[in-house]
Amino acid sequence: MKQLMKGNEAIGEGAVRAGCRCFFGYPITPQSELPHYLARRLPEAGGVFLQAESELAAINMVYGAAAAGGRVMTSSSGPGISLMQEGISYLAGAELPAVIVNVGRGGPGLGNIAPAQSDYFQAVRGGGHGDYHVPVLAPASVPEIITLMQDAFDLADQYRNPVMVLADGVLGQIMEPVDLGECTFAEAPPKPWATTGNEGRSRNIVNSLYIVPQELETHCLKLSAKYESIAEDHTRWESYETRDADLVVVAYGTSARIAKAAVNAARRRGIRAGLIRPVSLWPFPAGALQGAARHASAFLVVEMSLGQMVEDVRMALSGVRPVHFYGRTGGMLPEAGEILRHLTLLHEGVVSHAGKLWPAASADQ
Amino acid sequence: MEYRVLIAGFGGQGVLSTGELLAVAAMMEDKHVSWMPAYGPEMRGGAANCGVVIADTEIASPVVSEPGALLAMNGPSLDRFGPLVETGGLLIVNSSLTDPPPPNGVTVVGVPAQSLALELGKVQVAANIMLGVLVGYTGMVDLEAVEAALEKVFYKQKKLLPLNQSALRLGFETGLREAGRE
Repeated sequence: MKQLMKGNEAIGEGAVRAGCRCFFGYPITPQSELPHYLARRLPEAGGVFLQAESELAAINMVYGAAAAGGRVMTSSSGPGISLMQEGISYLAGAELPAVIVNVGRGGPGLGNIAPAQSDYFQAVRGGGHGDYHVPVLAPASVPEIITLMQDAFDLADQYRNPVMVLADGVLGQIMEPVDLGECTFAEAPPKPWATTGNEGRSRNIVNSLYIVPQELETHCLKLSAKYESIAEDHTRWESYETRDADLVVVAYGTSARIAKAAVNAARRRGIRAGLIRPVSLWPFPAGALQGAARHASAFLVVEMSLGQMVEDVRMALSGVRPVHFYGRTGGMLPEAGEILRHLTLLHEGVVSHAGKLWPAASADQ
Repeated sequence: MEYRVLIAGFGGQGVLSTGELLAVAAMMEDKHVSWMPAYGPEMRGGAANCGVVIADTEIASPVVSEPGALLAMNGPSLDRFGPLVETGGLLIVNSSLTDPPPPNGVTVVGVPAQSLALELGKVQVAANIMLGVLVGYTGMVDLEAVEAALEKVFYKQKKLLPLNQSALRLGFETGLREAGRE
């Protein structure tokens, strides 16, 4: 049976159904309904909910629980995720599976609590120190949150690597119908490497310290092979109306929802527009964009930031097609009407150079 | 068919839960639906609004920037969101608190929701009356679905159920009358 569920609650329910039994976190808007939900739900499911004294404590509790073999997660928003970066680097170095959820808000600094996508660079380029990657999954609806939480935990365990789910304030706060009856409970796979007590087996060591450079290089090369394998098997995106698209909008999360409305409106006007929505932000679906470039004359990237993913789009296309950008930042939302206006301009050939298309309206709102 | 509704007022008027009622009712009719609140460091007396989208097919954007229907629960909401209502749209105004504007390409319905709610016994049901008007006027969902949604959304306040139902019906009949569908 369907029920109306808030995005933040869906993150929590999705995690519990994915077999997560440990949550460590510290409250921050716009994700506080998530710990609120799990504070009730996890003990019910036989798990542990703990409000840590800080984000630093929370991410290191995640490290400990992951080392002991638990399915474990934390969540926060921009400022808290920044505090966790050291721990995320250690998780990657020690090859520990965990899920980190960022319900994005306006930044930099304390910024505000309104929805934003300006943590893209931090999420896909690392954020912490060292040679590592974190797979980043970006849901665009409440039902998709449930499936991606399961996928995030599976990916984390399969590759022994932290995985990030990157949402934004809109996705955290909206309610949409979900059918939990279709969603089954999952069990975590066995973890023979975990530090579960040394009973009749050789010692398991979880560590990210490799003093000898040769040994650290070997370790990093092993990580690199793992990242290549993730990129090969787990690059995900949604293509919408792209088959014959002359203009392709590239957007993820809430921006993609708004962009889809604009693509529909453009199609009604006879403009052959389409949408590519990256679902995995790392690994980035470069191949999907290259495929679309065969028939598309130009790309328009829409983000709730000053333009971060647009760099990945430009890298993917290596200059073969112009890549335009329209974004709102600081907690403001892109408007479907404005995306449509840009698509119309591109369609009419008014804008032929590759560049930024800032909203004329942004100054007075 | 796609309805894009914005409900706006001040915190404490039941703006968010009224939107939820509409969303749950549409969901029970197997329609696609989304509910999106404007959230912020807000409190009782501050501004509150939420957008509800109801559609037969997948909802692209849950953001209601140009509402097809606006329930304006007070003057500030009317001033802020009234001009955004799309041409041909519907504007329902709580005329107990603010004067309905002249119709400027939109249909304007004034309902003294606050006074009617007080007559029923509780000022808090004003938003329910407004929702009833919207449902009666447009038929976007059935009255029975909203009544069923009442039991789901206000399951903690069973005692208030009859009052909420009366408010909803009173609004519904007003909506039918205003639309000439009585």
